Amino acid sequence: MSELTDTAALAPAPQLQGKQQIWERALIFAGIAFLVAAPLLGVYPVNLMTLMCFALFAAAFNLLIGYVGLLSFGHAAFFGTGAYVSGYAAKAWGWTPELALLAGALSGAFLGLIVGFLAIKRKGIYFSMITLALSQMVFFIALQAPFTGGEDGLQSIPRGKLFGVIDLANTNAMYAFVLVIFLAGVFALWRIVHSPFGQILKAIREHEPRSISLGYDVSRYKLIAFVISCTVTGVAGGLKALVTQIASLTDITWQTSGEVVLMTILGGIGTTLGPLVGAGIVKTLEDHLASLGFPVPVLIGAIFVACVLLFRRGIIGEIENWMKR
Amino acid sequence: MKKLALSFLLGGCVLAMASAAASAQAASGPVKIGILDDQSGVYADFGGKWSVEAAKMAIEEFGGEVLGKKIELVSADHQNKPDIASNIARQWYDAEGVDMIGELTNSAVALAVHAIAKEKKKIDIVTGAASSRLTGDACQPYGFHWTYDTHALSVGTGGALVKAGGDTWFFLTADYAFGYALEKDTSAVITAAGGKVLGSVKHPLSTADFSSFLLQAQASKAKVVGLANAGGDTTNAIKQAAEFGITTGGQKIAGLLFTLSEAHGLGLKAAQGVVATEGYYWDRDDDSRKFGEAFFKRTNRMPNMVQAGTYSSVLAYLKAVKAAGSKDPDAVAAKLKELPVNDLVVKNGKVLPNGRMVYDMYLLEVKKPADSKKPWDYYKVVSTIPGKEAFATLAESGCPLK
Repeated sequence: MSELTDTAALAPAPQLQGKQQIWERALIFAGIAFLVAAPLLGVYPVNLMTLMCFALFAAAFNLLIGYVGLLSFGHAAFFGTGAYVSGYAAKAWGWTPELALLAGALSGAFLGLIVGFLAIKRKGIYFSMITLALSQMVFFIALQAPFTGGEDGLQSIPRGKLFGVIDLANTNAMYAFVLVIFLAGVFALWRIVHSPFGQILKAIREHEPRSISLGYDVSRYKLIAFVISCTVTGVAGGLKALVTQIASLTDITWQTSGEVVLMTILGGIGTTLGPLVGAGIVKTLEDHLASLGFPVPVLIGAIFVACVLLFRRGIIGEIENWMKR
Repeated sequence: MKKLALSFLLGGCVLAMASAAASAQAASGPVKIGILDDQSGVYADFGGKWSVEAAKMAIEEFGGEVLGKKIELVSADHQNKPDIASNIARQWYDAEGVDMIGELTNSAVALAVHAIAKEKKKIDIVTGAASSRLTGDACQPYGFHWTYDTHALSVGTGGALVKAGGDTWFFLTADYAFGYALEKDTSAVITAAGGKVLGSVKHPLSTADFSSFLLQAQASKAKVVGLANAGGDTTNAIKQAAEFGITTGGQKIAGLLFTLSEAHGLGLKAAQGVVATEGYYWDRDDDSRKFGEAFFKRTNRMPNMVQAGTYSSVLAYLKAVKAAGSKDPDAVAAKLKELPVNDLVVKNGKVLPNGRMVYDMYLLEVKKPADSKKPWDYYKVVSTIPGKEAFATLAESGCPLK
């Protein structure tokens, strides 16, 4: 479908030569090896775990904006719902973490089905506005419903025992669990994007009427992509609730929806792992600048403006473009 | 594959950066105090970097040293995000050898850090958050709540005002749990004191236009209009109430969560006549003036109860470390509960087993512009609310600690 693309940066990567491929595989393994070894190297694991949760969130969001061209401005609703549902399942019902995460994923999927069904009937700014409006409704429910704890949030969520055996209160065990879910989630998204289904999504993004004329049921594809994105977002939210042991209103506000847009744009829309880098940068800044005594939102805003003005493809997008030349 | 490889490499770099500062430090090092609060958002004036300054004052009073160990201060802006706060708190306790975390404005943040402190068996002293759950069902042996809580606010403003003749009330309540809790608690206090609640109206969180709510309050003819809300909602409501002539018309406005910082932000013209409860007012007696003026010299502003309370809590912590002869959290927590609290800000404070510091609160009324003689001369002290009345007893709090 790459013939349809006019922006070279967004075209799928061409088939690589054997030697180069080996070199790059080595790099991937180095990246994974770093994540595996990080806690042993004295890296503070809790920061890395939260970072991975948001990276997964941004990657799921990127599936919509990068490959279907849908800008959802209400993705925090799915993230927050995942966090609340997983947190509640783990805390009030005493579910094991894997079941709690599954509950988070299903809640994200279910909510995504409803919101998506309504929102994909419109395009462009109207689509974004509908997602924003519906996410505000979800926020209102989270604010009012007794089980979310209102503005206190859901506190002291137990991490529990994985499969009833492995105690996740152990930071290293938790880290391994988060890493596995994170890599599985990113790999699943990468597989989806590079499958025939992903090609159809890109075709819809590039030229919707032509896709319809080719016989594709565009609405159905959009809805499936929306639900997939929401499911992974729900997982990311649930994982975050287990890592930080809280689910709060911050997870579900429109500011969080905005933040994930920022992460994705900063890293590079429509690049497989741009959102991961974007999430890494935003979260690292928020964490590290916290003790500088300088207003963090101002700095992040400035970085965003600089990004939009100077490198519009995002960091990964620009590098890829530069390497192609 | 190329993209994947590149991104992983870059992701790795970013992650490495993220972790560079997280190098472990020996726990036997200096006595380290962390002030974690909102320094850039809606509560930046309520506590903010001014609280950090207050903590510095307490440390300087100790000469920067306790038990021959240096006292270090770190601070961070949690941006009102409980996630960030809990990450920082964990990192401070685990990796950076922080012994006590204080301030903790925003109740979601305070509850989160309270739970982490329990898990890590480290001290936390909340001065900036209101939730009385901190020493109620969420209480824990290493957690303390210093300045004020929702109980003290409702007893203070509700009860004392009824005694002062404000016996009919109308509430403007923020439409979420904090607002309901405040309205419910205050209503109970008012009825118990012989007053009557004529009605209430709920407004959405972050309302810009209070006119219809204020008109209902005005029409109710209640003597007191209670604002069961916080932050921007409170200041907006007060500003618009001034425009509607509610206070000049004889009704009193009771800000249930209102401090000197808000009075300063609004100005006396808009804030005059507002009644509020605080645990500290700088121009109350010689000691409070001494602290207020020292604080003013450094920051060019007078402290409210949160900032003054942060000073008091850090000082109390250091005294407890000294008395315990070590910074072992169990020993320090025991000393904190044993020693009376006496400093420039707090007189004869007593810490209950649930971590609640009990001391006298004050019912204050914002002066008319004509009565204000000097800068920051904002309040008239209406009455003193004895600590025993202001705060819940251990049995009432619902905390299982003994």
